[in-house]
Amino acid sequence: MTYRTGREAFIHGIRTLIPLTPGVVPFGLITGVMAVEMGMSPAMSIGMTLLFYSGSAQLVALQLLQNGALPVTIVATALIINLRFIMYSASLAPYLHHLPRRWTWPVSYLLSDQSYALCSLKFSSGELGRFAPHFYAGTAFAMWLTWQLSVFAGVYLGASIPETWSLTFAVPLSFLALLVPSIRGSASLGAAVVGGLIAVFAVKLPYNLGLVTASIGGVIAGLLIESIRKKTLSSASVNNVGRESR
Amino acid sequence: MSDWSLWVMFLAVGIGTFVMRLSFVELYGRWRIPTLLSRALVYVPASVLAALVLPAVVYPHGQGEFAFDNPQIPAAIIAAWIAWKTRSTVLTLAVGMATLWGLKILAL
Repeated sequence: MTYRTGREAFIHGIRTLIPLTPGVVPFGLITGVMAVEMGMSPAMSIGMTLLFYSGSAQLVALQLLQNGALPVTIVATALIINLRFIMYSASLAPYLHHLPRRWTWPVSYLLSDQSYALCSLKFSSGELGRFAPHFYAGTAFAMWLTWQLSVFAGVYLGASIPETWSLTFAVPLSFLALLVPSIRGSASLGAAVVGGLIAVFAVKLPYNLGLVTASIGGVIAGLLIESIRKKTLSSASVNNVGRESR
Repeated sequence: MSDWSLWVMFLAVGIGTFVMRLSFVELYGRWRIPTLLSRALVYVPASVLAALVLPAVVYPHGQGEFAFDNPQIPAAIIAAWIAWKTRSTVLTLAVGMATLWGLKILAL
């Protein structure tokens, strides 16, 4: 679809994001509830949400704060989780870099998993025409607003939720809901299994270093499985070619 | 931890995350992402998320105390199955929490 005006593209971007909001709101609510349960003031919880604008990193930081991890570990872990944004930035850059800085900086701050997922294919197919950045800005802004409002709601609900509801279990559950779709083959399954097991056995390492060790171990396992599979695939195809030529 | 050090920490994560989001939009044409790094980044979500989920489920009381009567383990297995089948965050959370509450009530 090509748009006649930037405004039209922006509004269509907002509309395209709306179906994704049911998956976002529960995370936001839990994040807000957890922040308040950690003893943070509403202003601080909202400040954290504005600065991070990254649900998984924020939930992880809250959990590590609860475990009494060192600030350096918390910052490092949150940034490792957000490394994926470098990938997103690289894949959207060809379509955004020509804009002036007063636009690239705000739209970069607004970059999220959801608007990346909605825009990356549409950008590369060229179907959005010359107002593609406006469409992206619409999805990104709608996502940002949904996230901020749902954390805000969680912050104000938080204080009224009794402890017997065991709501802290909702945090690993929400990570589980992100983890399962991220497993797309044997290599990512291997990364998850190795990362999870190292984390369980390394839990007694000081300063929560177990998490960083486990993450690196999982990534290495994924890379190893990927290269082993590539080798067996290519040697299998060589054998087939050999057989066919005979 | 004092409010001050919390703010410094949040600011550090906020600036670091913004720099990563901006990275290639700003540097377009001047720097290319190394192949090994882009291959490795694919496995970061699965690895980090599993490393977060498993200990939090296996050790309900925190640091390394394994408990056999831990209702979080069956609840997490059922939630994982729901996540696999439906890909829905809302259902995964709802079924996981309901299972945990159900098991806790049965154990009383």
